[in-house]
This record gives sequence, C-alpha cells and structure tokens, in this order.
Amino acid sequence: MTANLKTGASLPRRTAARLVAGKGRYTDDIQVAGLLHVAFVRSSYPHARLKRIETRAAADMPGVVAVLTGNDLAKVCAPWQTQLALLPSHLSPPQMPMAQGEACWQGEAIVAVVATSRALAEDATESVEIEWEELPVVADVQAAALADAPVVHSAMTSNLGLDHTVSTGDAEAAFRQAAVTVEHTFSFDRQTGVTLEPRTILAEFDPRLQQLTIHHSHQVPHQMRDIFAAQLKLPLSNVRVVAPDVGGAFGLKLAAYPDEMAVATIAVLLERPVKFCADRLEAFVSDNHAREAKVHGRMAVDADGRLTAMDVSVVSGFGAYSAYPRGSVGEALQAVHMVAAPYKMAHLRGRVRGYFQNKPPSGVLRAVGQPIATTVTEQLLDLAARRLSLDPAELRRRNYVDTATATARSAGGIVLAELSLERCHDRLLQLMDYATLRQQQRMHRDKGIYRGIGLAAFIEQTAVGPTLYGAQNVRASAQETCRLTLEADGAIRCATSITDQGQGTSTALAQIVADALGVDIETVEIATGDTQLTPFGGGAWASRGTALGGEAALRAARKLKESVLGIAGALLQTEPDLLKIEDGRIYNTASPLPQMSLADIATTAYFKAHLVALTELPALEITESFAPRDLPYVAANGIQAAHVEVDVELGTIRVLDFWVVDDCGRVINPLLVDEQIRGGVVQGIGAALYEQCIYGADGQLENGSLVDYLVPMASEMPDIHVAHVQTPTSATTLGARGVGEAGTVGAAAAIWTAVNDALTPFGVVLSEQPFTPERVLDALAARKD
Amino acid sequence: MTDLHSIAFMLNGKSVTADVDARLHLADFLRHTLHLTGTHIGCEHGVCGACNVLVDGRSTRSCLMLAVQVDGAHVETIEGLTASGQIADLQAAFTARNALQCGYCTPGVLATAAELLTGNKPTRDEIRDALSGNYCRCTGYHAIVDAIETVAGKRHGGAP
Amino acid sequence: MKAPAFAYRRPDELAEALSLLADDGAQVLAGGQSLIASLNMRLSAPALLVDINRIGALRGIEDRADGIRIGALVRHVDVLHSPVIARQVPLLAMALPHVAHMAVRNRGTTCGSLALADPSAEMPALAVTLNAKIVLEKQGARRTVAARDFFQGLYQTDRQDDEMITEVIFPRAADDEVFGFAELARRHGDFATVGIAVRARRSGDTLENLDVVIFGSEATPLLSPATSALRIAADATAPMLADMAEAITATMEPMENHQGRADTKRKQAAVLLRRTFRDMQSRAFAGKGNGHD
Ligand SMILES: Cc1cc2nc3c(=O)[nH]c(=O)nc-3n(C[C@H](O)[C@H](O)[C@H](O)COP(=O)(O)OP(=O)(O)OC[C@H]3O[C@@H](n4cnc5c(N)ncnc54)[C@H](O)[C@@H]3O)c2cc1C
Ligand code: FES
Ligand code: FES
Repeated sequence: MTANLKTGASLPRRTAARLVAGKGRYTDDIQVAGLLHVAFVRSSYPHARLKRIETRAAADMPGVVAVLTGNDLAKVCAPWQTQLALLPSHLSPPQMPMAQGEACWQGEAIVAVVATSRALAEDATESVEIEWEELPVVADVQAAALADAPVVHSAMTSNLGLDHTVSTGDAEAAFRQAAVTVEHTFSFDRQTGVTLEPRTILAEFDPRLQQLTIHHSHQVPHQMRDIFAAQLKLPLSNVRVVAPDVGGAFGLKLAAYPDEMAVATIAVLLERPVKFCADRLEAFVSDNHAREAKVHGRMAVDADGRLTAMDVSVVSGFGAYSAYPRGSVGEALQAVHMVAAPYKMAHLRGRVRGYFQNKPPSGVLRAVGQPIATTVTEQLLDLAARRLSLDPAELRRRNYVDTATATARSAGGIVLAELSLERCHDRLLQLMDYATLRQQQRMHRDKGIYRGIGLAAFIEQTAVGPTLYGAQNVRASAQETCRLTLEADGAIRCATSITDQGQGTSTALAQIVADALGVDIETVEIATGDTQLTPFGGGAWASRGTALGGEAALRAARKLKESVLGIAGALLQTEPDLLKIEDGRIYNTASPLPQMSLADIATTAYFKAHLVALTELPALEITESFAPRDLPYVAANGIQAAHVEVDVELGTIRVLDFWVVDDCGRVINPLLVDEQIRGGVVQGIGAALYEQCIYGADGQLENGSLVDYLVPMASEMPDIHVAHVQTPTSATTLGARGVGEAGTVGAAAAIWTAVNDALTPFGVVLSEQPFTPERVLDALAARKD
Repeated sequence: MTDLHSIAFMLNGKSVTADVDARLHLADFLRHTLHLTGTHIGCEHGVCGACNVLVDGRSTRSCLMLAVQVDGAHVETIEGLTASGQIADLQAAFTARNALQCGYCTPGVLATAAELLTGNKPTRDEIRDALSGNYCRCTGYHAIVDAIETVAGKRHGGAP
Repeated sequence: MKAPAFAYRRPDELAEALSLLADDGAQVLAGGQSLIASLNMRLSAPALLVDINRIGALRGIEDRADGIRIGALVRHVDVLHSPVIARQVPLLAMALPHVAHMAVRNRGTTCGSLALADPSAEMPALAVTLNAKIVLEKQGARRTVAARDFFQGLYQTDRQDDEMITEVIFPRAADDEVFGFAELARRHGDFATVGIAVRARRSGDTLENLDVVIFGSEATPLLSPATSALRIAADATAPMLADMAEAITATMEPMENHQGRADTKRKQAAVLLRRTFRDMQSRAFAGKGNGHD
C-alpha cells in the first residue's frame, strides 16, 4: 500500500483538464431563462449629498424593467454595520446596498437599473439624473488624521477607526542600550486585488418556496448565506449560495459587497432572476482595496548583531466603511503584530492607527498586513547589517527564533511552534549560491552595473482558528468540516466546507482521503462550494484549505475506515484489526486475495443490513470538523531571496532571479504547493514594483483601468526557484501547514532589500512602494544634492 | 437603436449564420448568444487577453472585434481547438505542469500559445514576450512558460 | 461596459466608404484596437462606423517610386514581418516589437495609429522622424500632408472628420543612413512613458543631419529643433554624447501625469538619447576605434 501513496505526490488537478478545455463554469457562464441584468449608477464624487434622484426617464428606456434607489431596496434589505467586539472604537456607520442620502466614495453604487440586457441597462443609466451637493473630501490618511479634518461620513464623529498599541518588554531601555539603532519610514500605496474574473453574482428568488438561490463568485459561500438570510430576513434554510468556478479571489472575494447585496435584494423584490458582473472600470472603484499604510520603524541591535528591540508606528487607511463582516483592521493589526516574528527579540513597542477616508473600503488581500511587517523588519535588519558591517545573511542567521520544538511567542505576540528558519536559511543560501552572487555583485559594481541581493525571512499565519473572528463576535466560521459517504457503488463522496479557487485543495483532499481509506483516488468525488451540498464551515481564507479541511477529511476517512472494517469483520467473521483496505478492497492480512470490495460492504449495509451481525450498524457517512483550538493558528515559515538590477539612470528595476525555501509542514502535493508560492511571489513583486491606486487629493482615482493600473505581466517576471523544508505540525494529525500566502508575505520585502542593496553605493534607501522609476530617480537625486 | 446585420462565418469548422446588433462584440456574441462560454472577459479593453480567440488563424482580442466583423471569417474558440485536437499537447502540458489555477486566463493563454507555436521554436524569453498580453493573476507565469516550452520542444522534435 | 448603440456599414469600395464618411458622426473602423476599446468605455459615441476592412485597395505594403507605401489596412503584424520594411524602412522594424502585444498587432493598423495620434504611440513618432507623407482622401478630394505637419495636439491631427488616411508613404532608407530607437515603458508592450527615434547620415567619420524625435512625454511627437548643428563623431566620448542629449531634451515640454513629472521624463529621455547615440555610433563605425568614456 505504501508504494501507491498519493500523499506527497505531484498529482495534477482533476479540474485542470476541464478548465484547459474551456469547460469552466464561472458565474457569468450560467444560463437562466428570463435573466435580467443590473447596471449601477455610481457616485462620481468621493463625497456628496444626494439631493434628488430622478429615474423616470431611465425607467422609460427600452428594455428597462426597474430603476431602483437605496430607498427602494431598504424596504426589503436591513442595514448592516461592521462591529468588532474587541475594538469598540472601530465605528463604521450602518450601510445599505446603495447609498442613501450621502455617497462616501467615488464608485459607491447609487441607483440600480435592471434591464433585459447589460447594454440596455447601461444605456438607461445615462438617463438617470442626480442632483449632488459636493461635500468636503478626505482622501489622504494623513489628511484624515488632522484634528480639523472633515468627517468621511456625516454619521461619524471622527475619522479615527483604530488606535491600538503593543508593548512587550522595555523597548525604551533597549534602545538606550543598543550598540546600533536604525530607523526608516515606509510608505505602502493602496493596491487592489484585480482578480481576472471580476466580481459576479446571479440571484434567483422562487416566490413559491420563498427560496433564494445565489451563484456567487466568492470564497466563503457559507458566510454569504448567513448574511443574505439575515439581511433579507429569510430563514437560513431558504437560502442557498453556490460558488461555482471562481476566477481568482485572493481575499477580494471574501467580503459582503453592498452592490452584491443589492442584486440579491433586487431578486427578492422583483421575484425575477438578476445578474451583475462588475466591469473592469467599476471593479477598480468598487472592489475592496488594501495595503495603504505609512510606517515609521526603528530597530535596536547590540554589538554582536543581536536584535533587541523594535518600535513601529503604523497609520493605515480604511476607506469609507469598514469591510463587512470582517472589518478593515486586519492589515493594520498584522502590520504591527507580525513585526520581527521570525526573530528572537525581547522588546517591542508598537502603535497602529487607522483612519476612514473617502475611498473604497479596504479589506483583506492575500497575506493581510504580513507583507508590511515583513518589509519593515527585513529592511531595518539590512540597515543594521550595514551599520555593523555584517553580511545581511549572517545577521539574520544570528537572530532566528529557535522553536524547533518549544512553543514561543514573538514580541508581537505571534505564537510560534516547530519552526525551521535556520534550515530554510541554509538551504536558500546554497540554492542561490549566495557567496558567488555577492562576489559577482562587487565585480558588476566596478563596471557601473548595480545589482542587489535581498533576503526576507518570514512567518506566515496559516490555518487560522476561531480565536480571531470568534472573539470579535464576527460570524466567520473558522472550522472546517468534511462529510464522507461510502456510496452504494463503493465510491467515496467527500463533501467539504472548504472552497477551491484553483489552489487545488480538492485534489489534496482526494489524495488524503484515498490514502487514509486505501481506495483508488479516482473513486473519491469531491463536492465543494455549495451550501446545499457541503457541510458548514469557513471556506477559503487564511491559508486553511489543506491544513484544516485536509485534517477534517483525514479524521473522517479514518472513522469511515473503522466503520467499513467493522462491518467487514462481522461479515467475514474476523477481527477488524486483522483486516485492511487496499485499492478499495478488503484484505485479510493473512492472505493476498481480496475478501470483498467496498461496494460489497456498501451494498450489504444499505440493502441487506440484516446480514450484518452487529448490534449497531457503524455509520457509513461520517462528518468530522476541525479547527485548531490550542493554537490560534499554525505558523509556517520560510525565506525568500531576490536578485535585481537597477538602472540608476532610468530608474527602472529588473528582477533577475527569485528563490523561496518554504516550510509548510507536510507537503501533500508539491505541484500545488510550488505554484501557490510562485503565484504569491509574483503578487508581492507586483506590489513592490508596479501596483498602486493613484488618488489625487480630491479623492478621484487617476488610474482606474487595466491600462493604467499596472499588474505584473510575464515579460517582467523572473523564474522562481522553490525548495522545501518539511516540519510537520503536531497541531494536526495530518501535519500540513498552510502555504497560500507564503509567497506574498515575503516577496515584496525581498524586492525592497534587494533594490536597496543595489543602491548601497549611493547611500540611498527607498521608502515608497511601489518603486516607480520616478521614485528611484528622486531618491538618487536627493542623495546627490 | 439597434442595427441588425446578418452574418455567416465558420466557427470551429462549422458554418454559422446569425443576426447580430452592430454594437455586440465578438466575445459577448460567443458567450451569450452562442453559449460558448470558454472565451472569457476580463477587461473589454484589449489589455488582459482572457478573450483571445483565433480569427483566421491569428490570436485576436474578441472584445475588440465586433461580432458583425467576423462575417466570412474562420473563428476558432477554445471549444473548437479542443474538439479538433490541435492543441491537445498544450492542454495536456498545462494540466501536467499545473500551469493554471483558477483557469480564467487559460483559454486566452492557449490561443496565444497556439499561434506562437506555429512559428519557430521559441526561447523562454520569447515565450514570455508572447505572453505579455495575457494577464494571469494566479500562477506567476513560470508554470505557463514551462508548459509552453515543453510543447515547443516536443513539436520541434527535440528533448523538451 | 458595453458600447453605446451605433450603425455599422462595411463598404467594399473606397468611394462608398468616403461617401459614408461625409455624414456627420461617421467614423472609420480600422483595426478597432483603440476605437472599440474606447467604445467599450463609452468614451465616444459615433453615429456610424464605417468598417474599411473589406476595401481591397487599402491593403498592401508596396515598394514604389515615391517610397514605401503602407495602405490603411496594413496591420502592425504585417509591417513587423515585411522583408520590404526590414530592408527599406528599418526604423519601423526596430520599433514594432515595442508596439502592444501579438493579438493587438494582429489587427491594429499603422494608419489607424497615425489617425488616432496617441501621444505615447510609436508610429506617429516614426512618421515624423522619417518625414513620411500621409495621404488623406475624402469624397472628391485627395491631399498629401507631411507627417511633420499632421500632428497638431493631443489626439489632434490635421485630418478632417470626413477624411480617411488611405496610405502613408515612408521614404526609402539611404545606404548611408543610420537609425536609432529606444523607449521606456513600464512593461513590455505598454505605451511608452518616453521614447526617442533618431535618423542620421554617415559622412566619413561622423554622423550628421540628425533628426531626433521625442515622444510619449509630449502632446505630439517632438522633432528636435536643436539638431542641425549636431554631429556624432566616431570618437565622440560619452560625456560629449551626454551633452548633446541634454541640449536636445532641453526643448522638451513633457506632460505631467501619473507616469511621471516633466523633469523625470526629460532626464529619462536624455539617458535614452545618449545610449542610442552610443549604439548608433558603434554600429556606424563598427571596427573603427570609437571614443572612450
Ligand atoms: C492592450 C493594448 C496595447 C497597445 N499598445 C500600444 C503600443 O504600445 N503602441 C501603440 O502605438 N499602440 C498600442 N496600442 C494601440 C494599437 O496599436 C492600435 O491598434 C492603434 O493605435 C490604432 O489602430 P487601429 O487600426 O486599431 O485603429 P482603430 O482602433 O480602428 O481606430 C482608431 C482611431 O483612428 C481612426 N482611424 C483608424 N484608421 C483610420 C484611417 N485609415 N483613416 C482615418 N481615421 C482612421 C478611427 O476612426 C479611430 O478614431 C495598444 C492597444 C491595446 C489594446
Ligand atoms: S477581455 Fe478582451 S482583452 Fe480583456
Ligand atoms: S489561472 Fe487564474 S488568472 Fe491565470
């Protein structure tokens, strides 16, 4: 049996063969008779009072079925408000599907036109007349923080939505005693997720059954079901949410968006099927944004190069409302708490403030705040290494937290266990041939070629448990559940609460189940992404699919195996202990001949149970749930390196090479894991070099199209070399940690340290992400003057 | 205002006739009139490449062509390219190499690759250049380049 | 977003197209790679699109007595792969790999690019550098305008609404001509933030009669007025070339936008120029000892 183990094997994903044939089924692909289409009139002002909305002319346009305002939808949909129990000062005003009375960001939906085609709906939006009264705009976080700043929403008394401090040890004293103190300011521009498939929702309401069915390009269908039911006052069991194939999510499709709530509301109101597919232009002003932060960081190091303290101050931008239901504080909090997580450091002082602004709400984006903390830490480490004339790799090597076995807490309170930072580090230096690269770097410099080598060690929070949202009283389930059924034909049906947007978690689960049960992987069918078909649970967030969903599946499979062998034992009049399952057949350990098949067991149990001589028939449908409860999450670790070349005359940056050594515990499928890392790395490179939502002081987005918002493309991206160290976590039986965000957690930091390493001869340290050519040239010019 | 036009063209090897409104672009026509949903839409501005199909053998943004303009043309979508088997090797390589995650970009990427591989064996850099008009948010491109490189090698008779 | 409604005609004959264009609100549809994108953003609302893709007379690259003719239906991909262009208008061949991406090049046209007059586009800049002639036709009239007189402002040209660019004629490269091209784009195939195109004549040990055009940063391709006295000697040093580049870029009036400030673009243009001069120098005088840095 061990020879055929699927776990650990690079199995291609089953769905891939369907997707390469163009047989994906994304939300917009679904055909429904009588479907109506929604187009929104959105606010062109970042802040304005809606004095009058005139919809009659639009209602008379060809194909138009209804023209609806926020007031119309309020008849069916209740307002909601993001509230976090532990952060009572995070006050976001009540929200409705469409603005009522006041628009608070450019792009907020105001009027919905429902028509027989999207084109006709858009035609009619041009006939909607709105009388606006412009209100003062707060766009910049620093402007939002001013004492006399106007408020973002008239229901607010202040723009401050978070003021949180961390204090561990005595940072003050540590800085006084430090041999070397370094500091730097960091600015992270606003980004957005730019999933290739835009947000899409199709809502159908059956008035006879009072049943709402939603097809939704989303990561967490169970969460959305809960929200649709609550807002539309429907019993939970009357709402079904299906997430079919989803064209990229990355945290962007984790929130309840007001315009999507509007679509569900319209379906209920009109009792007709309606669809909304965000077009690319409206996606830029209505998808959640992320990352906007300004940071000041200081670091203290002793004469031996031991990191003793950090002091960080973060100012984060929330946008107009706090994202629902998870809030907009995640990035800001992580930016402080994750600081120096891979390193032994006793003292930390941190303060983070977050402000509302007249911009789209900020939400979570892959790696949530961790890239900010990692960048600040890694860049300061490099500055300290320079001051100590120590090699940056050596400085890191001296400081890694040693938690090979014990559980520890970082100064920021991050719970760490069973890490492998030193091993990852050594493996990385070998993989990239660090010494040779450093040598070549010196030779190139003599020729006026400026190359840089950047390192970034990282901790990734994966498999996050219920303490995160549960404690905040947010209804976001952190538990994952698997329902395994032995079908009457001997096949295995695995219904899981986790969802798969291409990560391949379905395949990983099939591998786990096949091995645990001893069946052919082809007989394991996975059901996912449909609240009707799958048990309740989290879905896809915080790198949980394989780690938690896989653990639930493993536990269910083991129980199911017990049931099967129990029945087999009764039928064969043998001790179950002497039986095993291989290839879907039951063997007696004493004989090479199969005794019976799983189909025989199922057939007997389901149709001839009287033949089973047991008082209780063991269940052949098993449901198991899992969430880490002893640990808040399972931390994973790794290290990344970038090799870059800076053209110091043009200000351009080329990424020559990239390496990652990651420890995500037990690797279930290297093919999946490696591509999670590579995809994540490229998102981090995009952040460091290209991506920015450029806002004028007037709150208008200046580059809201795919032409002007630069995403990373193939020509500029490097090959990415990936290697693994495997330290299984003991928090689960399976031993897998998450890996979905690893690449993104560290990649931007590696680009920062590499680019700034290249610029060392100029004594220049960049401080604003992304590193546009102009920012590079400006930094160089400032130095020369 | 509608301005209907009758068109006749070859779609995936079969002749098709239809009446289309002038303003309907080819991507919407394929997806919503002909129900060939393998062609995707990611921007409608010619930037992302999710809508790439082959028109007269050349990769083309179907969002930047009007349906009425394909009158008389040969159009091949991912459905037709699959059925004919002409990119079966590419599809197999993409699957084997896990060169897709969400798969939303994939039909467009395959159209680009199909055209690229009609020429000389491309280098890795040439593959990346050819892909410069296809946005993929998930993969980081490396695996896509690998898969195309493997097929290029096989088609040109060498080791991959 | 979906395009607003419009009427559509696809004439087979040029005369018919020109007569349709005489109507108000009529617009040429060539490759559609810019026009349809702008319709899909509802940035324009033409009453009628006149699709010229069936007009045989507009096809073809021809080596003619008056120069190399590129018809209105010649696509970027045709120019990129044309042996005639490679031989006779090498500057076009140098620039085309920088124009968009394969699928866009498969449909976008040279003349459409000239008509659009996007400030960041390559074709207008090359037409100005090489002093190409743009042929405009309307019902009953035909005129030829020098590319150097054609571009008048941001997306503004000398073309009247009822006129079609039927062809553009590029002068044949002379044996003693040397060309240079470079652009700065954030990503491969993006429109240029700033770019430069250069033509020079080799005379003995110098390159002279320089035509230098800067584009991307300017509202229209900027033909440098400061080049008549400039020459690149075989032994010109890097600092000499840098001085030349700076003199030329001093006349720039770059637009400020999210791609950069004016001073940044001027700085970048100077770097591109200096490097291109260097490159032209080494190509022109290959083998001869050229200058030291
Ligand atoms: C993603 C993307 C990237 C691009 N990158 C670049 C780039 O890097 N560099 C670059 O130069 N271009 C780029 N383009 C634009 C592309 O080159 C266009 O094809 C070109 O600008 C216009 O040519 P067209 O034939 O498509 O014109 P169309 O889109 O058909 O027309 C453009 C305009 O010109 C008018 N017009 C067209 N032809 C004529 C004519 N013969 N007579 C009179 N009027 C006419 C039309 O009425 C319309 O107003 C890019 C396009 C896209 C979608
Ligand atoms: S949808 Fe056509 S290129 Fe993006
Ligand atoms: S696989 Fe998701 S966009 Fe390419």
